[in-house]
Amino acid sequence: MNAIQVQDLRKTFKVQKNREGLKGAFADLFKRQYSEVTAVKDISFSIPEGEICGYIGENGAGKSTTIKMLTGILVPTAGSLSVGGFVPYAEREKFVQNIGVVFGQRSQLWWDIGVIESFQLLRKVYRVSEQDFKKRLDELVERLELQELLNRPVRKLSLGQRMRCELVAALLHNPSILFLDEPTIGLDIVVKSEIREFLKDMNREHGTTILLTTHDLQDIEALCSRVIMLDDGRIIYDGGLEDLKQRWGTGREVQFQFGTATKLQQLTQWTEGMPVTWTAENELGAKVWIPLELNVSDVLGRVVGQADITDIKIIETNTDDIVRSIYQSGSAEKPEEKIAALLDEKEVIHV
Amino acid sequence: MSEQLNGAVASSGGSSGGSGENGRRLLLGAYFDFIRIRFLTMLAYRINYYSGILIYTLNIGVNYFTWKAIYGNGESLGGFTGAQMTTYVAVSWMARAFYFNNLDREISTDIRDGSIAIQFIRPYNYVLVKMMQGLGEGLFRFMMLMIPGMVIAILLFPVQLPTEPSAWIGFLVMLFFSFLISSQINIITGLSAFFVENNEGMMRMKRVIVDLFSGLIVPITLFPGWLSSILKVLPFQAITYLPGSVFTGRVQGVGIWNVLGIQVIWFLVLLVPIVWLYHAARQRLFVQGG
Repeated sequence: MNAIQVQDLRKTFKVQKNREGLKGAFADLFKRQYSEVTAVKDISFSIPEGEICGYIGENGAGKSTTIKMLTGILVPTAGSLSVGGFVPYAEREKFVQNIGVVFGQRSQLWWDIGVIESFQLLRKVYRVSEQDFKKRLDELVERLELQELLNRPVRKLSLGQRMRCELVAALLHNPSILFLDEPTIGLDIVVKSEIREFLKDMNREHGTTILLTTHDLQDIEALCSRVIMLDDGRIIYDGGLEDLKQRWGTGREVQFQFGTATKLQQLTQWTEGMPVTWTAENELGAKVWIPLELNVSDVLGRVVGQADITDIKIIETNTDDIVRSIYQSGSAEKPEEKIAALLDEKEVIHV
Repeated sequence: MSEQLNGAVASSGGSSGGSGENGRRLLLGAYFDFIRIRFLTMLAYRINYYSGILIYTLNIGVNYFTWKAIYGNGESLGGFTGAQMTTYVAVSWMARAFYFNNLDREISTDIRDGSIAIQFIRPYNYVLVKMMQGLGEGLFRFMMLMIPGMVIAILLFPVQLPTEPSAWIGFLVMLFFSFLISSQINIITGLSAFFVENNEGMMRMKRVIVDLFSGLIVPITLFPGWLSSILKVLPFQAITYLPGSVFTGRVQGVGIWNVLGIQVIWFLVLLVPIVWLYHAARQRLFVQGG
């Protein structure tokens, strides 16, 4: 069964236009002009129960707007959506019983009261019985090591401590679907990996469906089997992370350190007939770009026997680079066409 | 939609743990917690409010001496004797110490900085929660501001306390409705931030209108005839003028029921724009700051 089902979802905002100059300001006083901005443009996707899905895109791509529609905060302009069997905006109060939400940039704890008091209040708000609450809290507190924090007021917590408490707050009522909007923003590397581990365990043990937006692609690599990429309100990629890497990782880079000075010309000559590109870093260092269809070992074979090599480093394209180039091109389809076009050209040259 | 004001309390529990009767009791408990927590938070910052007692006493003083000068040797003005006016001024300002709150500002801040999003992911009614927080604040202001302020005012100025128990009971019940109506007007003003980019002007205007038209600064009967007849069909008089009239003994016996009735009617009527605004706002909610 699908935990989240979205069909042709659209959200349009009316934005006030401010006309220029004094005359414009006066005109605005009497008649406002509005322009429509479509933040989410007819997107469709579905997420099965128990999946961890990454939702990525540049700032302003429409990620947060989608999350806000999925959590019942915003009412969509058009399209249909169903989350955990509910239409979020229509039955908001019933629906939110089944979901947990963490906004990395907003706190859902009460600033002036102690952490445990916040949890107690949420217990009542979410109508969780005392036994269930105690069991769940003990489990979460132990897992996230919050014992010492429970009696402190929220305003005295560090960001990392607060974020762990936010997670507890979002999970106290044992939701089946968890939405995380930039959960690791501003956190140090230790807390980040702690949170990732925790989320993975949650997903494994309770089968919690997780949808997270992030700008940190390490979150995605650590957690998600699937990625949905958004650009300008449209989905430009929806599929596995491995697929994305394969489709987009256009090649690998090998760095060489030589014992004796080796000329670029020499290197090019050794790998003649191979579609590789050499660049020299200095007299003793060079790197070669090897496209995906070529075996790294073939290239190495040509070089290793002849040069005096002290060190070799193979660098795979990382997700950051892939995502950056997708953002820049604005579509996940283009590069394949580009590669195809390139291959065509090559064939032409060979003939 | 299960978003009606009373619907929130009545809506049944969810899947997690408590459901039905038990769940309802828990949510009701949560609403009471909002009163309690706000009260305790205010108590923690009570030093800020000691100056409030002084300010309200000062306001009473200024008004008392102004009215004294206006009366001169005259007997009565707009149906008020000099003694009644003193009592009216003192009790009106002290009532304000209780019913006044910043719900309008709190709501519009929530809307403008986007933290309203957090409010909408919780299974409760936002407006009702705000009302409860207002009540917590009101309780604090009643005990820490109004009561001590009243004691000081009685010591400093010739205030005549009512002798009839009906006046006391009537006044206290009406004071609670003053709080409800004033908070409702604040909520309406606050929710307007959904519709205008900056409702600062509306909030200031509301404050002046409530202070002036509720009869806090000048009793309604002293306004020109046409204006006072307009004010009698507006909700503002129900905040200060009507309870003040009961306390000063200008309204007695069955009359108390009548003025209380006016308050109850206004309380019910003002629910309509709140429910409407809340629903309309859900449709066009635009969470700032992404």
